[in-house]
Amino acid sequence: MAKIIVVTSGKGGVGKTTTSAAISSGIAMRGHKTVVIDFDIGLRNLDIIMNCERRVVYDFVNVINGEANLRQALIKDKRAENLYILPASQTRDKDALTVEGVERILNELAADGFEYIICDSPAGIEHGAFMAMYFADLAIVVANPEVSSVRDSDRILGILQSKSRRAEKGERVEECLLLTRYNPERVAKGEMLGVTDVEEILATKLLGVIPESETVLKASNQGIPVIHDTESPAGQAYSDAVSRLLGEEVEHRFMSVEQKGLFQRLFRRSA
Amino acid sequence: MPLLKSVDSKSSAASVAFRLKGGLFPLTLLEIAHYNCAEFEQQLQSKAAEAPVFFQQTPVVLSFEEFNGDIGALPLSELVAICKSHGLLPVALRNSNTALQAQAKLLDLAIMPVGRVKAAPEEQAPVAEEAPQTAVPVTEQPAEFSHSPSRIVTTPIRSGQQVYAPGGDLIIMASVSAGAEVLADGNIHIYGALRGRALAGVRGDTSARIFCQSLEAELVSIAGNFKVDEDLRNNHWKAAVQASLDEQTLYITPLV
Ligand SMILES: Nc1ncnc2c1ncn2[C@@H]1O[C@H](COP(=O)(O)OP(=O)(O)OP(=O)(O)O)[C@@H](O)[C@H]1O
Ligand SMILES: [Mg+2]
Repeated sequence: MAKIIVVTSGKGGVGKTTTSAAISSGIAMRGHKTVVIDFDIGLRNLDIIMNCERRVVYDFVNVINGEANLRQALIKDKRAENLYILPASQTRDKDALTVEGVERILNELAADGFEYIICDSPAGIEHGAFMAMYFADLAIVVANPEVSSVRDSDRILGILQSKSRRAEKGERVEECLLLTRYNPERVAKGEMLGVTDVEEILATKLLGVIPESETVLKASNQGIPVIHDTESPAGQAYSDAVSRLLGEEVEHRFMSVEQKGLFQRLFRRSA
Repeated sequence: MPLLKSVDSKSSAASVAFRLKGGLFPLTLLEIAHYNCAEFEQQLQSKAAEAPVFFQQTPVVLSFEEFNGDIGALPLSELVAICKSHGLLPVALRNSNTALQAQAKLLDLAIMPVGRVKAAPEEQAPVAEEAPQTAVPVTEQPAEFSHSPSRIVTTPIRSGQQVYAPGGDLIIMASVSAGAEVLADGNIHIYGALRGRALAGVRGDTSARIFCQSLEAELVSIAGNFKVDEDLRNNHWKAAVQASLDEQTLYITPLV
């Protein structure tokens, strides 16, 4: 049975697409047949981060509308063996997604033997975000350590546990928090919320803390999901998060200034 | 007000189209003391501003038990229109006279028999304190509940969510987020932090209280008497407290 994971946040620009690319690559590299679906209809940036934008022929909406079949639309990732990308349409508007249409595609993917289906949600709490989360078994709520982002994540968690299909059936969607763009120095100066503050406010399980890192931007410009950069703290932190998703117990790192300082020193020395 | 239960449209033609079932619903009485159009509207407006959530198509019974003045001359349709424009939906009349009942008929309002409601508080004396005059039996059926039920929530109440316990207490075994709102006709117990809004006694029960493990609220209100964030920050902020009302003054006291 396929596990459907939504990567969502409410607030825009917090790192959902970066996370979707990293997590789906990480799970696939551990040997699980995985597909990542771009629900951000009209914008399309997952395929750029995954460096497959020039290979897009058919998209998610084409498949929903029956204009192409899944086999034609799925793009095989060049780096991770078991990973496929279902790109978003750049030309349609998000109302092209329907509950029935999305459900049919998810069922087809599960029948095709996909073990993990990662849904990259658009920002906001509108139709597109709702479609991305509706069928989720697990939600990775991405937040940055600032009040407005945390508030939006809280809102999304509420919607998830009241409006999703699981909620309608009286079940709970498994939820976890991924704190991204974390900067321990700015937390120490009181300019950003700390991990414990955010955990306390959101009262949900912490999947990981991804440090703010220049390697992320570099990676997305090169079209290589940052998890492939095993040297970078962000790549390592995503790798840890994947381990935890798959049930391993891994201690959290990149949360304190000391560690960050050490990395910076190492980085400077080797540079 | 019998509850009509629709049946599956796919079932055979021979099956019953509806069933009459007994039900007991809490209904609020709008006890009209005297009536003046402008004054009534202005007071209703300010009540609605205090507890906007309560004024959302809420059914009410118009009661004239304490009415002062010529009840026959009351412009009922005007009164009903004002109620509707502020989110109250008059569904019935109680303790009126024949002239008013004739008007009620034209407005499709039901007539509640006199006396039945008044008997209730005596029958259930200790519990009646919780929600005086609000439980209106709507059928001849025996009551399903002899007291107001509590509502227990075990999960966090998130920003944008609203939870209401009509006719009883609300017990939350988690935190209430900033931007969330919890309401009860009775008391509110929060076994976590209160960061959002909590309104107890929303139907006017001044003896209702609010308890929480950590006071970080945006608003605390009992029977429409409220304090906001700025007033709350000054004392017992982030402490375990209870809020109670005494003579229209809202007190925040630490729980020991
Ligand atoms: N850990 C990080 N360190 C530094 N920059 C980051 C990090 N994570 C994400 N970013 C940068 O933040 C920006 C937004 O990231 P991304 O596109 O993944 O966010 P998103 O939540 O998908 O945005 P949208 O809501 O627009 O879909 C990008 O420029 C990305 O490179
Ligand atoms: Mg995105």
